[in-house]
Amino acid sequence: MTVVARRPVAASPLAWLAWGFVGFFLVFMLALVAAVLVNSLGTRWLDHWLPDGYTTHWYGDAWREFGLTSVMLVTIEIAAAVVALSLLIGVPASYALARRSFPGRGLVMLAFLIPLLLPPVTYGIPLATVLLRHELGGTLTGVILANLVPSVPFVILTMTPFIEQIDPRIEAAARTLGAGTATIFVRVLGPLLVPGMLAAGLLVLVRTVGMFELSFFTAGPGTQPLVVVLYYAAFAPGVRASQSIDAMAVIYMGLMLMLLVAALSFVNPTNLVARLRENT
Amino acid sequence: MRRRLAAHGIDRALLLLLPAVAFVAVIFLYPFLYGLVLSFKPERYVGAFGNYQQFFADPFLRDTIAITLGLAVPAALFNVIASVPIAYRMRGAFRGKRLLIGMLVMPVTLGTVLIAKGLLTLLGARGWVNRALLDLGLVEDPVRFVNNYWGVLLTLVITGFPFAFLLTLSYLGGIDPMLERAAATLGAGPRQRFWRITFPLLLPGLAITFILTFVLAFAVFPSAVLVGEPAGETRVISIVAYRAAYEQFDASMASAIAMIMGAVQLAVVVIVLGVRGRLYRGPSGGGKG
Repeated sequence: MTVVARRPVAASPLAWLAWGFVGFFLVFMLALVAAVLVNSLGTRWLDHWLPDGYTTHWYGDAWREFGLTSVMLVTIEIAAAVVALSLLIGVPASYALARRSFPGRGLVMLAFLIPLLLPPVTYGIPLATVLLRHELGGTLTGVILANLVPSVPFVILTMTPFIEQIDPRIEAAARTLGAGTATIFVRVLGPLLVPGMLAAGLLVLVRTVGMFELSFFTAGPGTQPLVVVLYYAAFAPGVRASQSIDAMAVIYMGLMLMLLVAALSFVNPTNLVARLRENT
Repeated sequence: MRRRLAAHGIDRALLLLLPAVAFVAVIFLYPFLYGLVLSFKPERYVGAFGNYQQFFADPFLRDTIAITLGLAVPAALFNVIASVPIAYRMRGAFRGKRLLIGMLVMPVTLGTVLIAKGLLTLLGARGWVNRALLDLGLVEDPVRFVNNYWGVLLTLVITGFPFAFLLTLSYLGGIDPMLERAAATLGAGPRQRFWRITFPLLLPGLAITFILTFVLAFAVFPSAVLVGEPAGETRVISIVAYRAAYEQFDASMASAIAMIMGAVQLAVVVIVLGVRGRLYRGPSGGGKG
């Protein structure tokens, strides 16, 4: 085990500052969530430390008032389509990028990197205009297409290193044994790719459910996912009770928390860039 | 012919790239170029550069660049700088590490609206924090924490820090601990080990972390409206782009603002990458891979 990495017990001021920040950050986050949670469960909360009484009816109210059943369905449809399509388009491209070095490879990589480096507003507004001209403005197809813009490159950038670390000799061996390209993909590479695809797919799912700008620019009535509905509710205060907006925000948090826990159980967050060597 | 091409890595496997390249061309490149061309065909102003002239002539529009940078640069810098000592202390294995990481990453799930509503409830004039400050007699009147610059900056730290922290931790994991141990054997103290060994190896990764957090912060939009002062202090560039597109229905001006936004953003990215290019880039693993 590491011996030299041990720090002296009397921590330096910088260490205190670092741990102090962590503690403050966690307490602040807890208080922040508590504030919203208490408000969403309170009856009336005016000039006091806590609300006058507690109730759960805001959740039912929010679900009915904002039509969350259909909103949830729309959210799931968009997210599922984006995950499936971005994997379908992205994984084959990652394979080509991982296995071949050809002239112009750097340029192709750059083309995939740029959508991730630009703010969504930059391409979201022109894209929304183009979608409108092609009568896709406000449609589910339009929202899905817009959300694919950062998702496809994201899949490619996460899957390329993943495929690079699969030994190419495995494919070569399969070929010597008489397997065709199709068989190699289905029987040999497919199973090896599943963990990477699961990780990339879950991260795309989390990103898509949380992606505000692109859905906001392209969605219309009836095709707004949960983030957009939530923003509209919060943006027009006074129209709905503040408690039912908070209830919806808590529902959104619950959904994201579920997705993130699922994602983290497949992806070790610290291994996103490089492999950790804890046990050397 | 086919074999000669194959020697350069060109064979049928490249066909797999086609869908992705076609997709990026049709859904990203084409709309982007369409917007670029559209931005030179002003609907309200004269001349091909009318939109751009108007943007830089009108302080209401022009100042949004400085306002956005004034929020995004400090937020991204803070997130990166705060991540380093915390990630450095968490690089080894210890009990509860996964839980602590999970808790630090949790804000990713909150969403802008919950963070905004929480900040307003927590830090508002009648919020818990002001109530405590008043009761303790530390202040006479409630402190204004939100609906201004600080509210938005705080949101950018809450949403950006977990991200910067995860990336930093990940880059630190890629540096072979053997290097530090070797330095210790040669008599380097903890401070020397960090500043002379780990930090220089980490710096290129920190540049990437800065870029990615900056990208997130530069696009700030909903929180600038909800916890900021969208008409003044936190009138960020996304807000004026949105207004041009959806309130004034001037797609041409909106595209021009979007292009300016992209240009400013890419300029910052290029500067940081340029600095990064001068840093050490090489194996950060040990000698024997």
